[in-house]
Amino acid sequence: MASVTLSEAEKVYIVHGVQEDLRVDGRGCEDYRCVEVETDVVSNTSGSARVKLGHTDILVGVKAEMGTPKLEKPNEGYLEFFVDCATPEFEGRGGDDLGTEIANTLYRIFNNKSSVDLKTLCISPREHCWVLYVDVLLLECGGNLFDAISIAVKAALFNTRIPRVRVLEDEEGSKDIELSDDPYDCIRLSVENVPCIVTLCKIGYRHVVDATLQEEACSLASLLVSVTSKGVVTCMRKVGKGSLDPESIFEMMETGKRVGKVLHASLQSVVHKEESLGPKRQKVGFLG
Amino acid sequence: MAMEMRLPVARKPLSERLGRDTKKHLVVPGDTITTDTGFMRGHGTYMGEEKLIASVAGSVERVNKLICVKALKTRYIGEVGDIVVGRITEVQQKRWKVETNSRLDSVLLLSSMNLPGGELRRRSAEDELAMRGFLQEGDLISAEVQAVFSDGAVSLHTRSLKYGKDVDLSCPARTRHGFAPSSTHLLTYPEAHISQLGQGVLVQVSPSLVKRQKTHFHDLPCGASVILGNNGFIWIYPTPEHKEEEAGGFIANLEPVSLADREVISRLRNCIISLVTQRMMLYDTSILYCYEASLPHQIKDILKPEIMEEIVMETRQRLLEQEG
Repeated sequence: MASVTLSEAEKVYIVHGVQEDLRVDGRGCEDYRCVEVETDVVSNTSGSARVKLGHTDILVGVKAEMGTPKLEKPNEGYLEFFVDCATPEFEGRGGDDLGTEIANTLYRIFNNKSSVDLKTLCISPREHCWVLYVDVLLLECGGNLFDAISIAVKAALFNTRIPRVRVLEDEEGSKDIELSDDPYDCIRLSVENVPCIVTLCKIGYRHVVDATLQEEACSLASLLVSVTSKGVVTCMRKVGKGSLDPESIFEMMETGKRVGKVLHASLQSVVHKEESLGPKRQKVGFLG
Repeated sequence: MAMEMRLPVARKPLSERLGRDTKKHLVVPGDTITTDTGFMRGHGTYMGEEKLIASVAGSVERVNKLICVKALKTRYIGEVGDIVVGRITEVQQKRWKVETNSRLDSVLLLSSMNLPGGELRRRSAEDELAMRGFLQEGDLISAEVQAVFSDGAVSLHTRSLKYGKDVDLSCPARTRHGFAPSSTHLLTYPEAHISQLGQGVLVQVSPSLVKRQKTHFHDLPCGASVILGNNGFIWIYPTPEHKEEEAGGFIANLEPVSLADREVISRLRNCIISLVTQRMMLYDTSILYCYEASLPHQIKDILKPEIMEEIVMETRQRLLEQEG
């Protein structure tokens, strides 16, 4: 992870601040920075989203392509994740490790029956299905990558439009796939149960949500909790070289659930509001 | 707990917001500034094909017969006498490498560093070995630029107020030091200000936004002190109760800072960030006015775009009233 070096005195200042619930930028321990979400920014994808969380900038594109279902799950489609770190700190091969770590985390949180209804992605069992390639591009790293990426992935999946296809059977039994004529006739995914990651960093004796790069440099251990909109935890992971007490893990999980529910509610309202503006809305994109 | 998500809003161009009539002449590298050959060319321009062409992206400034292009976003370019705040990146044999947001790392020589206790003597081999005890990687210092190296010969001065005169510790021509060209040499600047910085907050801004003033160390009346480094590194710290001269500032005070001081420091930090986002010059008056304009709002709300605009607009008006 890109990190900043801090002097001892600066770290002490940050740790004491967190104890008193007043972080360097005036936030409390459970406050997020202002988030900007915009969907449908990349025109040649099936769905895309861009999320800006403080200095962290993430772009996600979802492409739907036809493929063969996996052998153990013949009636379902699947998702593939790929993360690319395009920030200047990760020049050359530097970002590969971080990219694979994030991609593996995404695989884990989506690795359950209820996150995305994969049966809707099936076209004909054992033969054809939709494969959703989710590409995450890290434009700028300003702390709290996992949260921003999971918000962007959820928004992009909400924005994904998969063309509706029909399977026609010939007299000889060979199958033909027909795309409907109307370009706007598509199926949408239900993202009700798509989880979001909440990262809780342990700083001193307390934990904070949405840490900046400086705060991450002061924290020895963090907990990644993946929470759905109903507050159900789908997966949990500890990162960092420090250790965590079981009681603090429990507290952090409770905080993660509480914060996660609010996160989902805000994201839902923003993407619905954006959709209600209709196709004529002013797109800000990258030059705004 | 607070969570706010919103849709992005397109930024309005600066001139429209300010209602300015005169638009700045902005150029990008390769643009022709003028075909008139009567002008002298300044920084940021070059002569090509009988025309004056810009070499940096910025605004054209004209003073009588001199045309130059002032770049909008540059790295820090050292000038002798500037106060800078830097972070130690390496500890080398007789010097430290300091990061100051310039094109090359700056250099702080061991001989130009104040020894604790204010001793004046030639630095020995033991001092060299004990260098890491003074300053380590990651430490922040405030210092003054002594020389901008270009050919190899260096003469250093340490200034100690206790004695009230310059003490010359000039070294013979160091032609073999292997300094890279135009690396800046730093000198620690005692003057009862701690050279190694203790607890506080660092804000990094563009160097072009820090106004050149007589003094860059300010004790603001709101309860915190600020060092406006010319290189764009701004250090905000709680005002120390008494000035420590003896220790030379090497022992950082690690006691917890009170909540009231923290609130002032966080508010100042957010105010500086909002001034920078709106491209306003930073100096003690503008920071103070912005602080006062932000008092009705909560500290964490200052960074919201609409509140930021409101506060900076008010600051701008007050500054115009004060001048006019």
